[in-house]
Amino acid sequence: MSLMNPSAPALKEKTTKAEIKRQSVLLIIAALYVVYGIIFYYLPLVGWLMAFQTYTLKGGIFGSEWVGLKWFKFLFTDDTFVRIIRNTLAMGVINLVATTVTAIGFAILLSEVKNIWGKKLVQTISYLPHFLSWIVVTSIVHEAFSTEGMINELLVNLHILKTPISFFSHTQYFWPIVAISNVWKETGWNAIIYLATITSIDPSLYEAAAMDGAGRWQKIKHITFPGLRSTIIILLIMNIGNVINAGFEVQYLLGNGLLQSVSQTIDIYVLKYGVGKMNYSLGTAAGVFKTFVSMTLIFLFNFIAKKTGDERLF
Amino acid sequence: MNGKNEKKKSMMSGWDWAFVICNTTFLVLFCVVTLYPILNTLAVSFNDGLDAVKGGIHLIPRKFSLRAYDAVIHKQGLQQGAIVTVARTVIGTLLALVANALLAFVVSRRRFLFRSSLSFFWVVTMYASGGMIPGLILMKNLHLTNTFLVYIIPGLVSAFNVLVLRTYMESLPDSYEESAQLDGAGYMRIFVSIISPLCKPVYATVALFVAVGHWNSWFDAMLYNRNRTELTTLQYELQKYLNSVMQTQGNTSSSGKTSSSSQVTPVTVRAAASIVTMLPIIMLYPFLQRYFVTGLTIGGVKE
Repeated sequence: MSLMNPSAPALKEKTTKAEIKRQSVLLIIAALYVVYGIIFYYLPLVGWLMAFQTYTLKGGIFGSEWVGLKWFKFLFTDDTFVRIIRNTLAMGVINLVATTVTAIGFAILLSEVKNIWGKKLVQTISYLPHFLSWIVVTSIVHEAFSTEGMINELLVNLHILKTPISFFSHTQYFWPIVAISNVWKETGWNAIIYLATITSIDPSLYEAAAMDGAGRWQKIKHITFPGLRSTIIILLIMNIGNVINAGFEVQYLLGNGLLQSVSQTIDIYVLKYGVGKMNYSLGTAAGVFKTFVSMTLIFLFNFIAKKTGDERLF
Repeated sequence: MNGKNEKKKSMMSGWDWAFVICNTTFLVLFCVVTLYPILNTLAVSFNDGLDAVKGGIHLIPRKFSLRAYDAVIHKQGLQQGAIVTVARTVIGTLLALVANALLAFVVSRRRFLFRSSLSFFWVVTMYASGGMIPGLILMKNLHLTNTFLVYIIPGLVSAFNVLVLRTYMESLPDSYEESAQLDGAGYMRIFVSIISPLCKPVYATVALFVAVGHWNSWFDAMLYNRNRTELTTLQYELQKYLNSVMQTQGNTSSSGKTSSSSQVTPVTVRAAASIVTMLPIIMLYPFLQRYFVTGLTIGGVKE
């Protein structure tokens, strides 16, 4: 025993050294990636300090005047910003709910199709809008909802409307239009993961249920839904943080002067006041607040999922 | 007892039929709703400009004309934007693929000493980001603003893509690597000539994700390079054009006034420009479908 003991650590040290030498290529590559990551992802986090300063380009982060929570106080006493938080959260939640529900619904309906070719065709078509840019999509949405557009034409022809509505001059239509745009663009794409989950459910469960006389709806309710549960929860946790990110491009591209009170989101605010008016500190403060809310939501939902014994992210 | 069962069965098949009919109708409607706006844009783009302003075009052009495409192709900004966009898509996708794959290779080596800490270092970047303004200031300090490189370098490594690639590489059997090592191959050899050929499907997935991102991007052109018109992108030019059309439509009642002499109107040019920018992707994605579906499923479910 006493003879063997000293040799064990020596051997271990030797293998570690040999291992380091053997892995030298990997270590060098890893080091390069760490340098890259620090510069492009971690360094901007240091920029958060700007939120507590009156940042000037000349002074930089280390030479600008410290002002404490001035910009945060300014933001939360500003009626515009409070309304912007409301817009961001409202559209974020509406979009998340609408796109999740439609994706799950679409995945379930598609999984019930037995014809392979039909299924493939519908699926291929459903992915298409995901690949279009928001520029193109909002341009199409603009055309579709214009007074001469297809939506008004359809509604008038179906006698739901007597005269066309100017959708983009009334604030109450904006949030639904944003939700519809998101649903149109992403339903097929978001359904990919739900479809994969449904496919992975053990077919013998359905067979057993059929033997017991379960109908289609009962099978969906008692087998498909429970099977999807953990995927839904994981994706909700992953996406809940985005509720406060949800929407920069759509709102920026679809909004107009008449709709400002409902269309502006935090990112648009940052772009307008932070970048446009060069008030970097104010813009950063708004951005820091956004990240704070998004992190809180992720941890909160992860915590709830843990408590209810569900699948969780970390 | 027996009769009851039979009755139940036949009733169910009746419901089944109703379900199949409803479901098929619904899915057909879904496809119509998805395709109609795109086909309508296509029809408008091939229509005569002044005629299109009247509206009422559905799936077939009423008065056929190629003028709108002629106008789009000869638009100075769009031409330049197309060149820059093609360049950034090709260069950016190739470099990003190599960068993401190499990192995924390193973090998927089971014996790598800093495997979990390096993974954690990158997963953090998915959730904590500095935001728009710290990013802008960083690009300014690195002298990347007003350069082509700002399109390529900052987005080179993305943690999500690395995760997708890593998951796939981890699913490959260890024996390949081990036998290569016995033959004296180093890690770079293993990466280039053993792992990479096996990763073609997942490489295709990530390449598609990155390429679509490059092709459709406009915000970086606006934020970092708005002062250098020669570095504009296709989508940013489209955005500027659409914006200017909206402005003029708001200010003057007739949208056809700008170029009535040339029989081209914003309505048709907008449609033609949209079609031109979406065409390459529409032609490409159906062939890569198999790849991105598996890629997304692997990455998503695991993550």
